[in-house]
Amino acid sequence: MTARESGYNFAYLDEQTKRMIRRAILKAVAIPGYQVPFASREMPMPFGWGTGGVQVTAAILGPDDVLKVIDQGADDTTNAVSIRGFFQRTAGVETTEQTEEASIIQTRHRIPETPLKADQILVYQVPIPEPLRFLEPRETETRILHALKDYGLMHVKLYEDIAKHGHIATTYAYPVKVNARYVTDPSPTPKFDNPKMNRMAALQLFGAGREQRIYAIPPDTEVVSLDFEDHPFTVQAWDRPCALCGAIDTFLDEVVTDNEGSRLFVCSDSDHCQKRRDAMQEVS
Amino acid sequence: MTDTLDAIPLLEAEEISKDYGAHTGCREISLSLWPGEVLAIVGESGSGKTTLLRVLAGQLPPNSGQAFYYRADGRKLDIYELSEAERRHLQRSEWGFVYQTPAEGLRMNVSAGANVGERLMALGARHYGQIRGQASGWLERLEIDVARIDERPAAFSGGMRQRLQIARNLVTNPRLLFMDEPTGGLDVSVQARLLDTLRSLVRDMGLSVLLVTHDLGVARLLADRMLVMKEGRVVEQGLTDQILEDPQHAYSQLLVSSILQA
Repeated sequence: MTARESGYNFAYLDEQTKRMIRRAILKAVAIPGYQVPFASREMPMPFGWGTGGVQVTAAILGPDDVLKVIDQGADDTTNAVSIRGFFQRTAGVETTEQTEEASIIQTRHRIPETPLKADQILVYQVPIPEPLRFLEPRETETRILHALKDYGLMHVKLYEDIAKHGHIATTYAYPVKVNARYVTDPSPTPKFDNPKMNRMAALQLFGAGREQRIYAIPPDTEVVSLDFEDHPFTVQAWDRPCALCGAIDTFLDEVVTDNEGSRLFVCSDSDHCQKRRDAMQEVS
Repeated sequence: MTDTLDAIPLLEAEEISKDYGAHTGCREISLSLWPGEVLAIVGESGSGKTTLLRVLAGQLPPNSGQAFYYRADGRKLDIYELSEAERRHLQRSEWGFVYQTPAEGLRMNVSAGANVGERLMALGARHYGQIRGQASGWLERLEIDVARIDERPAAFSGGMRQRLQIARNLVTNPRLLFMDEPTGGLDVSVQARLLDTLRSLVRDMGLSVLLVTHDLGVARLLADRMLVMKEGRVVEQGLTDQILEDPQHAYSQLLVSSILQA
């Protein structure tokens, strides 16, 4: 455990603020997929760097929690390293890169490949919580549309995709319907991860700091990706395995390796990839 | 009084008044619109035509008065007692609204096909091929080149935008169409062709239309009956030919006499 810095309340936010955020979280859990407004605070990082996720994590974090932070699936990229460091210093909690060991996982853009368990919480950093935003700029109107379950507009967007690209070209922030009620933006996670959201054992919390919204998907809740009857929802597939661990069922990142344009496709979930490589080494 | 089936109007308004604070919108207007009828509301700018249309279409609440719509299944609906959800459903299934400026009635940032298909998707259509098929059918009927189905209305001329807006409204086979100066801002030849299309659509589909226009020529071509409005009130109403041939009220006489004689 790292020594906690003095002069800050546990996990940076003051207790009243955490209480306010917890209330929003409780309401969000009670109404799956509904965006609950909350009084987002200024955090010591810019909007867009995960201030929503950080506030949610700060509000639910306890001294015994084990925290894992990933950015595009990796534990060692800037956003992940700095948020992990932030909670090490302000809360002194234990951190890990192992998905199985974590009790709270804060993520930007990925759901770990290892299935999550009932005693884990997944916290998403969300830039734009409103799935209807790009078609309907008025907040007053989108609220009415949600209230009336009036979601035809969402299919207009998918129609446009097919008309333009011949298939549904939305590959991230792919809209889902939660608990057969609210259409929800799964944050910019790749649609590859959408099926994992359905009936996930872990609680999923979403925090949008700039937009001041919190929403949630409780454990074992139905999450359906929207589609057309003749253009059903599909996930991305790659024509090659991970260059490092050989996995054929994971989300791959394309990495440019030199100035000649050589490319490598590797697992975006760095922990999962490492574990598979370790296991292979043990065998050989 | 007999209450046979064909004696039921489509839309019935009683003593509708709407003001904007000290400004009058429209005053104590009663009217009935019958199935298959085109009723024109004419009058100069500021006479309350558009206000009346928007109040009757459920877009603005009146200060007083009542309006009823008789649904296809015979149910009588009080337009101002409907819940927001019921009103929206009515507005996009059995009704249509054509705005003077197409940009108001269209989604300018999505393709023509999606514009026409939107109502179908809002009503639950989930088959891309069928939605697209219906959209191209309607583009064709409105004489828009089907090859332009994936272009955004921003790339369309004013006349085409207006046609697209009409197609978007007709795709659910509505029974009642509200139109606010549908040919305003179009040049004369485009206007003439659009009127021609509208006339045959109204006849073929048995549409009822409430048409607001300041142009008596448009009213003459499309309307069966006319209401003349001045300062928020109806000053004269009757069959189109009757009013154009033999206007009774001084203001109607002025309007009719101000048509340019060919």
